[in-house]
Amino acid sequence: MGGQKQSRAASGAVISAPSILVVFLLLAAASYGALIWAPTENTMGIVQRIFYFHVSSAWTGFVAFIMVFIGGVAYLRTRAQKWDWLSVASAEVGVAFFTIVLVTGPIWAKPVWGIWWTWDARMSSSFLLWVLFVSYLVLRTLVDEPERRAIVSAVFGIFAALDIPLVYFSIWWFRTQHPQPVIGDGGKLDARMGWVLLLSWAAMLGVMAVLIRLRYRLEALRSEVDAIRMEAARNGV
Amino acid sequence: MTLARATGVILAKELRTEFRSRELLGTTIVFVLIVIVLFSFTFNPTSTESRRFGPGLLWLAFLFAGSLMLQSSFLREQTNDTLAALRLAPIDPFSILAGKMAANFLFLLLVEVIMLPAFAVFYNVAIIPVLPQLLLVLSLGTIGIAATGTVFSAVAAQARLRELLLPLLLLPVLGPVLISSTEATIGVLSDPSEFPRVWLTFLTCFDVVFLTAAWMVGEYLLEE
Amino acid sequence: MSTPLASSPKGGSGNGPGECPASGLRIQFSEVEKRYGMRLALRGVSLEIAAGECVALVGHNGSGKTTLLKIAAQLTQPSRGKIAFFSKENGVPLDEVKSRVGMVGHHTLLYEEMTAEENLIFFAKLFGLADPAEKARQALQPVGLTGRATDLVRTFSRGMRQRLSIARALIASPGLLLFDEAGTGLDPEGQQWLGATIQQLHDSGCTIMMSTHGRNETQSAVTRAIRLDGGKITHDSGAGGNPSEVLVMSAVRDSGEGGES
Repeated sequence: MGGQKQSRAASGAVISAPSILVVFLLLAAASYGALIWAPTENTMGIVQRIFYFHVSSAWTGFVAFIMVFIGGVAYLRTRAQKWDWLSVASAEVGVAFFTIVLVTGPIWAKPVWGIWWTWDARMSSSFLLWVLFVSYLVLRTLVDEPERRAIVSAVFGIFAALDIPLVYFSIWWFRTQHPQPVIGDGGKLDARMGWVLLLSWAAMLGVMAVLIRLRYRLEALRSEVDAIRMEAARNGV
Repeated sequence: MTLARATGVILAKELRTEFRSRELLGTTIVFVLIVIVLFSFTFNPTSTESRRFGPGLLWLAFLFAGSLMLQSSFLREQTNDTLAALRLAPIDPFSILAGKMAANFLFLLLVEVIMLPAFAVFYNVAIIPVLPQLLLVLSLGTIGIAATGTVFSAVAAQARLRELLLPLLLLPVLGPVLISSTEATIGVLSDPSEFPRVWLTFLTCFDVVFLTAAWMVGEYLLEE
Repeated sequence: MSTPLASSPKGGSGNGPGECPASGLRIQFSEVEKRYGMRLALRGVSLEIAAGECVALVGHNGSGKTTLLKIAAQLTQPSRGKIAFFSKENGVPLDEVKSRVGMVGHHTLLYEEMTAEENLIFFAKLFGLADPAEKARQALQPVGLTGRATDLVRTFSRGMRQRLSIARALIASPGLLLFDEAGTGLDPEGQQWLGATIQQLHDSGCTIMMSTHGRNETQSAVTRAIRLDGGKITHDSGAGGNPSEVLVMSAVRDSGEGGES
């Protein structure tokens, strides 16, 4: 093809150097805070430090899934593809963060409570949420036509996101009605712990933003390649 | 043509088609029975255990049955592209969804009501004294299943592997319905004087949220 | 096979099924564009179709014929541009237009598990017609299916289904009829019947748009031919012109190149 026009998505650097630096610094600070600066918890010991990443990953996952919702609504109203790209990017990154939650949970639980999985309210909810958005991603692989796929994903994404508070409440109330032997979690939060938690969350959000941006770009490029391919096929190239 | 009128016409058509063949009804009932039988092998069905596990297994069976039976809702509109015929008519597109939701609700509720005596027998529970409350729980839970399931049926109809996809999409989303319906059923059966207020309010919330969501975005699924 | 649309008096003497109102609809497409994902099915199509015209759309598969018809039926919205409908001199609001449009495609749009009569009653109700049962009964007569009213559509032959499909499209006495390759799958006798039916509908004042492949029996009533290629209009025989040239040219092209892209 002669006369290349610079594709919109390809112009400019994906992520600016300063932002990468900021995220890196945040992560470094959070790691230092979590592993060294925060006081060691009384009963659980060093293992408890994983809590900062566990909880902040969950919160970050929520933010990502809310973005799936926003992307879905925006796509249905404007039909601009970029919102669909945002939705899929956010869903994948959200699933990644919830995978971290599901992995760090057992790692924390085993040495502290002796069992890998406790089916407590939070872990159960996280698991269901993870499954929910994995289903979202599976749905996308099963619809080939881009516009169709965007519409059905937007609708399902909206339903899935609306389900989040309902999932949490129902599981929480259920556990309240059927109390398990006390297994609890982080216990009391020292002031320093609180700060480290917030710092961890900020760091995780930074990582989330970077990952979503990268994934969004990938989707945009993929979309362009598909379009070019289709045009070429049409012109018999 | 008003939304209510059009919904009524479509509802009537769905019911007529379904009851003409009754094959889906029969198959669904048999399926629920199979699930109940198999579940009974997984625990010792004494009276106390039945009361604890029975309702959960019953609702699980309803959910599975629903996610299989709801497939046909939009699949059958692909034959001869009758969905296009519905969209050509001067009606609110949501009425197509609403009519099918209503039909699926009635249909599923019918299956559930038919299964109640079997449930009473197999799990040794007395359902007659609490029949009105039970019916309330069944209705609220089934609204959630039917509303969400019908929308997802429209989604799955446009994808590959739709037989597997509908349960995959529906079951996680209905997690809260499973929990609340089960707990409400247990509540009603174990203590008839006590009204499981929280769970029933929650179920109503679920239904309202998803019916509203379906109303707002459902029709986009029907577009071309 | 029965005669085409038996007993439909000329001009809108009433709104019995099988008749068109005295004035068909006028349609105006303004810079209509339709985009599916990144593919442009229609590019900037502007077209005015006067009331009572019988327009043939010709072109390869993928040229935009079906898309244009779907937009006229409001089955799909244009990505850009507008479509407007007029009856006599007055504009007709888009939601009202739906009740005045009938479409026959190569899918029959009929429910197999319902009888012919039930199908028609159902659609009559959806179109808000008074006394749907009576309208259904009347609609079966012109297409010669009265004897099969209580039979399931599943038992019908292709030709009978097409006839029922046409009855369905006509039940609300539309001012605009759209035929999307409606002759596909019909034997020559069936195609002839279809052509005669279209002629009769044209004579009674309906505006008709039909997409066809090449030259065939169904085109006797055509007053105007428009060729589409790659989503654009390449030839238009015009409102008062002679459609034959465009039709013949298309027939040669389509048969020469052997069809679908």
